Amino acid sequence: MQNQEIIESLSPIEQKILPYLEGKNIQEIIEKSMLDRVSVLRALEFLSSKKIIILKISKKKIIEPGTNGIYYKTKGLPERQLIILLEKGNLNLEEAQKQSHLSKNEFKAALGALKKKAQIEIKNGTLILTGNKEELTKKSLEEQFLEKLPKELDALEPEEQFALKNLKQRKDIIQIEEQQIINFNLTELGKEIVKQDISKSKDLVEALTPQMIKSGNWKGKKFRRYDVISPVPKISGGKKHFVNQAIDYGRKIWSELGFKEMTGTLIQSSFWNFDALFTAQDHPVREMQDTFFLNKEIAISDKKLIKEIKQAHESGVGGSRGWQYNWDEKISEKAVLRTHTTCLSAQTLYNLSKLLREQRKGKFFALGKNFRNETVDWSHGFEFNQTEGIVIDKNVNFRHLLGYLQEFFKKMGFEKVRFRPAYFPYTEPSVEIDVFDPEKKIWLELGGAGIFRPEVTIPLLGAQIPVLAWGPGFDRILIDHYKIKDLRELYKNDIDKLRKMKFWVK
Amino acid sequence: MTILIIQKKQFEKEIGKLDEKMQEKIAMFGTPVEDITQNELQIEIFPNRPDLLSYQNYKNAFLTYLGKKPNKIKINKPERNFDVIIDPSLKNIRPYTACAIVRNMKFDNEKIKEIIDIQEKLHMTLGRKRKKAAIGIYPLEKIKLPITFKAIEPEKIRFQPLEFPVELTGKQILSKHSAGREYGNLLEGLNKYPIFIDANNEILSMPPIINSHKTGKISEQTKDVFIECSGFNFEVLKKILNIIVAVFNDMGGKVYQMNLKYKTKKITPDFTSQKLKLSVENTNKLLGLNLKESKISSLLKKMGHEYKKGFVEVPATRTDILHEVDLIEDVAIAYGYDKFIPEIPEVSTVGEIDKKEIVKSKISDILSGLGLLETSSYHLTTKDAQIKKMQNKKSGFVEVKNSKTEYKILRKDLTHNMLKIFSENVDVSYPQEIFEIGTVFKNYNEKQNLSIALAPGNFTRLKQILNYLEEMLKIKFEISNPESLPNHFIDGRVGEIKFSGKIIGYFGEIHPKILKNFKIKMPVSVLEICLDGVLENRKI
Repeated sequence: MQNQEIIESLSPIEQKILPYLEGKNIQEIIEKSMLDRVSVLRALEFLSSKKIIILKISKKKIIEPGTNGIYYKTKGLPERQLIILLEKGNLNLEEAQKQSHLSKNEFKAALGALKKKAQIEIKNGTLILTGNKEELTKKSLEEQFLEKLPKELDALEPEEQFALKNLKQRKDIIQIEEQQIINFNLTELGKEIVKQDISKSKDLVEALTPQMIKSGNWKGKKFRRYDVISPVPKISGGKKHFVNQAIDYGRKIWSELGFKEMTGTLIQSSFWNFDALFTAQDHPVREMQDTFFLNKEIAISDKKLIKEIKQAHESGVGGSRGWQYNWDEKISEKAVLRTHTTCLSAQTLYNLSKLLREQRKGKFFALGKNFRNETVDWSHGFEFNQTEGIVIDKNVNFRHLLGYLQEFFKKMGFEKVRFRPAYFPYTEPSVEIDVFDPEKKIWLELGGAGIFRPEVTIPLLGAQIPVLAWGPGFDRILIDHYKIKDLRELYKNDIDKLRKMKFWVK
Repeated sequence: MTILIIQKKQFEKEIGKLDEKMQEKIAMFGTPVEDITQNELQIEIFPNRPDLLSYQNYKNAFLTYLGKKPNKIKINKPERNFDVIIDPSLKNIRPYTACAIVRNMKFDNEKIKEIIDIQEKLHMTLGRKRKKAAIGIYPLEKIKLPITFKAIEPEKIRFQPLEFPVELTGKQILSKHSAGREYGNLLEGLNKYPIFIDANNEILSMPPIINSHKTGKISEQTKDVFIECSGFNFEVLKKILNIIVAVFNDMGGKVYQMNLKYKTKKITPDFTSQKLKLSVENTNKLLGLNLKESKISSLLKKMGHEYKKGFVEVPATRTDILHEVDLIEDVAIAYGYDKFIPEIPEVSTVGEIDKKEIVKSKISDILSGLGLLETSSYHLTTKDAQIKKMQNKKSGFVEVKNSKTEYKILRKDLTHNMLKIFSENVDVSYPQEIFEIGTVFKNYNEKQNLSIALAPGNFTRLKQILNYLEEMLKIKFEISNPESLPNHFIDGRVGEIKFSGKIIGYFGEIHPKILKNFKIKMPVSVLEICLDGVLENRKI
């Protein structure tokens, strides 16, 4: 910028302090410019960003008298007050406190201070001054120090440090404050600018007003230039929680692919969460170590369904051998916090079974919270999100399963997807899904999928129709996208971080 | 998660070089590589494949998968007195056992460790912590055959348990021996305990708890062993025994069968393979492939199966083949998951997001538009925040069992979460205006609630937000003075909100006693309403 342009960009406060810069004394600038301190400092900042001056801001710790300190400065420290009182004659403890008008704590502190210096003794409950007269009248280090305040912390003499240590232990006598020390120097540019006539810039239009627009008297006038480069204070706006933004996006993908949303309660019976999904009743996942059980039983009213699930477990259906054990209806009634959204898929299949056989088809998804009995650390939590999907159609196959998964993860931003063999009690074949993080160059394990076993579909759907099913975790995708290192941050509700959190842009 | 640890040296010597290609093959076999350290290869074994839980069995299965010749098992007929008599007294106690004898073992410390390891892994997985099955291994030299398996009164049981200085009775073992304390619950309430006892009336063990120190301890001097597996399901026990003897066979032992004298005699180990039907058509249909019968046959061979004219002979160690689909998965694994070409089928359907979720999302948009920040809290909460700090009654909360954290109850409202958030953000610049939509729990019933919280709490602004929400959703709330005052508000500064004549919540200024509990120094206004009626409203 040319010097002239710089001058035209000077704001009124900058113009006001410009003539007094050479003195380099901020107090003087305040007085001469008739501006308050805050305005002067702001003007200096503006000038600094225009490279007219170089600002040097340093910090220093200043010791000042605290609330009590200010009072003692005039009244004397409690020990001084006590000495003055006792010089008139010995008093017993109670009487001394009363006459000294000191509070209980102050009195104690005074006694302590004098005892430490062996200037006082308590004999049979009576207070006696023991120091010699000269010593007693001499001002203590603490008193001297208090008088000298304010002082800079880094520039204390040894005896002053000693006094500070003693006074710091007492209530509100001193306080240490951090002060900003502001210095500045004129730059070469600045030296030129201050020499120039800036009177013309005072005629520049500061603010365009509605009145000026109406009257047209802006014509022929120049506008003061803004400094478009200098920073402005940050703002933040309202927004959806970042997890919910991502969930909304997941919903959008599935609905675009033709899937209908399934919803349901978080509290479920073991029947829907485990038994309907061919998870044997002695399977480790059904122990209290892994699953949150509640003090409640939820019975299933459809006796025919119960009978079929029992058979699927005990001796199998549709040519299966089953798990070969005695299935217990009571165990299936135990309420749990659902451990996967797959229980919603099971319910959807059951609802379809009420339709005609050829109508038992469709595509469904769910995206929601699940629970597991876990401790909480950076990679674990007791609540997590899962995205669930099922496709029911007599013509679907394993390649279609992989097709849907690949498509979904592509839309979530993962170009490379890998499928590995896996095991789940309710699917066969089963698949583990890995996606490639191109930045970290690692495969992320996102969870499972498969084709529901006949032991699941025959009782629920009333027919052996292939059902593609998947339920990868959603939180791993989230933390990868938002570059979060700790899973706990998803539910921490740190308002400052929420304000700064980037939007889900996909 | 069960991890099999393999020495890298041994793997490279007996299977092949452990390069990246090999690691990929290991993963594609269905046993993901968990970690590779300087000396060890750690792979995960899924719970459906306990037959892979030892190095020997894994090696044989994996070599077969790679198309190489594995070590075949040879089973010898029982010799004289290779009998186990199963007494009817075991009924309802521990009715079954499957047994074997292995000779000519050359034990060293390493091998003993390996055997204990596979034994423990089978206990934890297939054995369901010894409940379903427990395995015992004994030095045959110290046993006089035949052996009897029976149940007797615990007081009559007396022997020196493994690694214990003195003899104990059956009852004492449960309280005094570490294994007794750990697994004692499996015998709880029984008036008789199961024992294995030899022809000299010497007790060999009290399954599923502990072996005898005298007759049940394998050492480097042991050459021949007796193996038993006891439990409740003979088929499962047979499989476990097969898995174990396959390990001994691979270690160089000579495996012998035993006569099991049940009511009708049985013989184990029994390696007769299970026969299952497999249709080429079903296989191709489920996998979306077009494989010839001969190809399917060779793929099944790689997984250890034999295919003959529509039937598959399954190895006697596989416990996971319940149905044709299990074989089809094996075909898919042998074919290679990485070789399937993903494809989206033409299943034409109409997509649909749940109506209530749409409305919830819109409410969130409306409030964000006003500059409010959405928060997201756990459904589980602490008694401290929900009950103590909110000064709620202690009853009426849903508690989860055995929570591993202090989050032990399901939240009854969102308000306490909002206050908790304020209390954790006292150093963040104000005003703080937040909201949350989520499930709350009232006696096992789930409701969708909305809470809005402002700090500093400006009552007018809160009511303006409520009005704006009504206007944007074109619904009408009725505001009145509350019939009964919820105790976390200031009396006279709280409004009751009704929708379609039903009380759905309150809004107002939080009482300073509650703010103090949460250590909040700023006045706070909070609104919380149940959205269920609004979400079901058809006019929105």
